[in-house]
Amino acid sequence: MKWIGAALLAGSLLLPPIFAGDFYVNLASQILIAAIFALSLNLLVGFGGMTSLGHASYLGVAAYISALLTSRYGFGHGAAAFLSIAGTTAMAAFFGVIALRASGLGFLMITLALSQVLWGLAYRISNVTNGDNGIAGLTRPAPFGISLDSPISFYWFALIVATFALAMMTIFVSSAFGSSLKGVRDQPRRMAALGFNPWLIRWFTFVYAGFWGGVSGLLYVYYHKYIHPTSLSTTSSAEALLGVIAGGSGTLGGPAVGAALVLLLKNYVSAYLERWNMLLGLVFLFIVLVMPTGIVPGVSSLTARLRGEPR
Amino acid sequence: MTASTSSYALEVVNLKKAFGGLTVTQNVSLSIRPGERRLIIGPNGAGKTTLFNQISGDLRPNSGAIRLFGSDITHLPPHRRAHFGLSRTYQIITLFSGDTLEHNITLGLLGLRPARWQMWRPLSFYRDIAAEARRTLDAVGLLQLAAHPISDIAYGERRRVELAMALVQKPRVLLLDEPLAGLSNTERSTVKSLISSIPRETTVIMIEHDMDTALDLAETVTLLNYGRVIVDGERDAVIADERTREVYLGT
Repeated sequence: MKWIGAALLAGSLLLPPIFAGDFYVNLASQILIAAIFALSLNLLVGFGGMTSLGHASYLGVAAYISALLTSRYGFGHGAAAFLSIAGTTAMAAFFGVIALRASGLGFLMITLALSQVLWGLAYRISNVTNGDNGIAGLTRPAPFGISLDSPISFYWFALIVATFALAMMTIFVSSAFGSSLKGVRDQPRRMAALGFNPWLIRWFTFVYAGFWGGVSGLLYVYYHKYIHPTSLSTTSSAEALLGVIAGGSGTLGGPAVGAALVLLLKNYVSAYLERWNMLLGLVFLFIVLVMPTGIVPGVSSLTARLRGEPR
Repeated sequence: MTASTSSYALEVVNLKKAFGGLTVTQNVSLSIRPGERRLIIGPNGAGKTTLFNQISGDLRPNSGAIRLFGSDITHLPPHRRAHFGLSRTYQIITLFSGDTLEHNITLGLLGLRPARWQMWRPLSFYRDIAAEARRTLDAVGLLQLAAHPISDIAYGERRRVELAMALVQKPRVLLLDEPLAGLSNTERSTVKSLISSIPRETTVIMIEHDMDTALDLAETVTLLNYGRVIVDGERDAVIADERTREVYLGT
């Protein structure tokens, strides 16, 4: 059963560039980028119990830094990518200190407020960010001299990065530190009494999530060759959070599935329905009612039941 | 932090704590020698658990000092106190209910080791941690349930896991908050014999609401009422004291 699943997954990841048209290959690339973003958010929400409504900050800031450095200040893509990720990670380190003064709803409000500040700045300081016009005319990098301009080559690039990201985040949550993190999520008081420093464990995770959020932002700006303040908005944070919860927070596959679902709905349904958000809401409602733990845990317990296994 | 040699394992000096107008700890002072078995008794609301929460660092006292082997720990966060050799259990069972018994005990070990920061190696890499966790589970008679999640096991067994999680840390000072609460007679005698087998390197301070159940585990007794120390001393002297009768039998 596991092998069939793995084969299906590998098939769906490897086949698009061979059979599908450009539209679908591009859609698949966008899903991969959204999946990295959702996985990084899931480190906070699912494994750390820190529900953030400001994760778009990391995607947006990484994208803006790269866009500005390459288009305005004449940096090469390599240096721009490095500075963009380093800057975003440093920002996560700073924002983490502020946001982790609170937990639960307070944490959520601080992350929301911080991301609103950045969103406002992106609009306001238009002499730098070009405000509502966004920054257009960007280029994609050419790693090792390979151009990423065709949909297929970009897809392979995104797939490699996404696979690496998934592997790194899997190692992170499966590590001894991952056990510390999950313990702090479940019983912070007990963990402190056992000698764990809950604050520092949460902060490291916050920074790591910010790092991967930044990586997804870099791919995002490479893909679109354009960046606009909406990518920093609460809506894009909330969409990712929706994907994480719908797919199954605290699982490794769930956020990727959820992110794919949100993106597919957005791309398909918005062609027929202007209020695609309404349908997204209904789908989300359905998932929460039928599979409260999310699609991935829900489906796996369903298949287990169908095959007559206990639990 | 002033580290000095002290003849006491735990010293509480003039501790005061109030929640608004309600004083829950009033000038409490305790001096507990290394290896001592101290029982803290008192009626409901006497401030026993509040006192423990201040010693473990979950609550900050308004004034007073707490010293562990002569080191002032009054202002240390809870996790630093654990590294000083202080462990505790909870009156309300506080375990990781989705995780296995072995994993619960493992967290007790991990908390004191640098491996808790290890970000690329899985926990299973540390064979010695797993082996020690299983040894401790064996010692409390729960090895056969090691692979079960906490949610699968009975209340009495959870009480033993609660105790094992603190014991595995080999603390210098162990705070037990009603370790016998809610147990049947047979379970109670199991846990009692576990507590009496704790090595003398560990100083044990135990809260019990009902003074009869734990009396034979204690050498010294402190009676608290309304946040104050009423009587303090050798077990038999405290039992015989008139003020003890007053608190427990009323006047």
